[in-house]
Amino acid sequence: MDDFVLRALAAGCGIALVAGPLGSFVVWRRMAYFGDTLAHSALLGVALGFLLGVNPLIGVVGVCVALALALVGLQRRRALATDTVLGILSHSSLSLGLVAIAFLETLRVDLVAYLFGDILSVTTTDLGWIYAGGAAALGGLLLLWRRLLAVTVDEDLARVEGMPVEALRLAFMLLIALVIAAAMKIVGILLITSLLIIPAAAARRFSRTPEAMAALASVFGIAAVLGGLLSSLNWDLPGGPSIVVAAAALFLASMMVPVANR
Amino acid sequence: MAPALIDAKGLTVRLGGRTILDRVDLEVRPGEIVTLIGPNGAGKTTLVRAVLGLVRASSGVVERRRGLRIGYMPQRLTVDATLPLTVRRFLALWRPVTDARITAALEEAGVSHLAASPVQTVSGGEMQRVLLARALLGDPELLVLDEPDQAVDVHGQAELFGRIETLRRTRGCGVLLVSHDLHTVMARTDRVLCLNGHVCCQGAPEDVRRHPEYRALFGGHADALAVYVHHHDHAHASDGAVVPGHDGDCCHG
Repeated sequence: MDDFVLRALAAGCGIALVAGPLGSFVVWRRMAYFGDTLAHSALLGVALGFLLGVNPLIGVVGVCVALALALVGLQRRRALATDTVLGILSHSSLSLGLVAIAFLETLRVDLVAYLFGDILSVTTTDLGWIYAGGAAALGGLLLLWRRLLAVTVDEDLARVEGMPVEALRLAFMLLIALVIAAAMKIVGILLITSLLIIPAAAARRFSRTPEAMAALASVFGIAAVLGGLLSSLNWDLPGGPSIVVAAAALFLASMMVPVANR
Repeated sequence: MAPALIDAKGLTVRLGGRTILDRVDLEVRPGEIVTLIGPNGAGKTTLVRAVLGLVRASSGVVERRRGLRIGYMPQRLTVDATLPLTVRRFLALWRPVTDARITAALEEAGVSHLAASPVQTVSGGEMQRVLLARALLGDPELLVLDEPDQAVDVHGQAELFGRIETLRRTRGCGVLLVSHDLHTVMARTDRVLCLNGHVCCQGAPEDVRRHPEYRALFGGHADALAVYVHHHDHAHASDGAVVPGHDGDCCHG
């Protein structure tokens, strides 16, 4: 097998592994649209990264965190419904990113690669960043696991038990930001959320514990990466969308499998 | 006398320009059952949330005894259907606990048979006892219960209240509860606080019942021996079975 295929496999599987547990939380906390909003802001992070001369991944994490903070602030005012606020932030940050990139005349970026991913062009350096970001996100998630579950079940109860609810919520947003930065190259910012939520949604019916669902979501995610990558190579299809289509097919198939009534 | 578990003084809460609580004083001592009553919108839940630290006081203070362990039992709790969680696992989320302690708490709350059930499948009354078990796992010095009688039928209410009385006796914890039940629960309480934005009156149940402000709020239903009148969308057959139809006052003696 060619080196670039191996790198693509390593990158895709690494991301799927992290996306399983994190995506499960996105599903439990009903934050799919929130994840989408964060991902859309990533392009602005790329532009800022170039502008400031730092690694674009750092720019992405920075912008995602800033957006998450802005969102928490806007939510607290309660003047607008959350989905309206998300809609405003999501599309304006994406457009701002596109405009910023158009302004940076010296910057020649492959926009399609950022929007839809370019998994076959993953370099060894990219791989290093993906694994570093992924490991940090996974480690953070494991560390906070029980408390994040408690906050997900009921914030008031968690607060009465003395858990730092706001800090946990922010930490979770930071973890998502890390994964988005790491996964951008794989499926692109428009498709990242699907890698988070589709495998987790497929895993739900077969799981009796949160951990089982998280692990199974990782397995489904890896299967989707393998299936998508193979079909992409075989029929010369775009990598990112092929992976998402494979995940969707897996989800559909999972609905067909009968599960004993519990 | 033992120092108070919680001591609220001049507690005022304003939300969105409206005064929900107006200079409320509230004290709960160890081993004491204090019941909050009052009409809808009287600020009962807000008072509870202020005691728990979930709502900030606009003025006044809530003093808690140092290191006070509070066991909170909310009115209801719904867990998202996408989260696979058994009752046992639900109980393990709030602090590091051993399996044996969870089993003991489930037994104490009378719901050991639910341990392996998905938390989304238990009924409202069962969930309340699961929430009681959850509160017990923190080894509380103060139990705070928000309308524990809401999701439970009359029989379940008496049962649940019996459990709470036992807990008070065996564990010596203080109990603060919000209740709609002006009879069974109120009568078995040490102290009643009648709330309507401000504290209308407080004291032993029989004293509160005689208080003019209490009688003004609850009208003819305030008499100790009066029937409990409420609106029904169904009627009862002579054997107590529910039969459809008839919208009006229905009396239970």
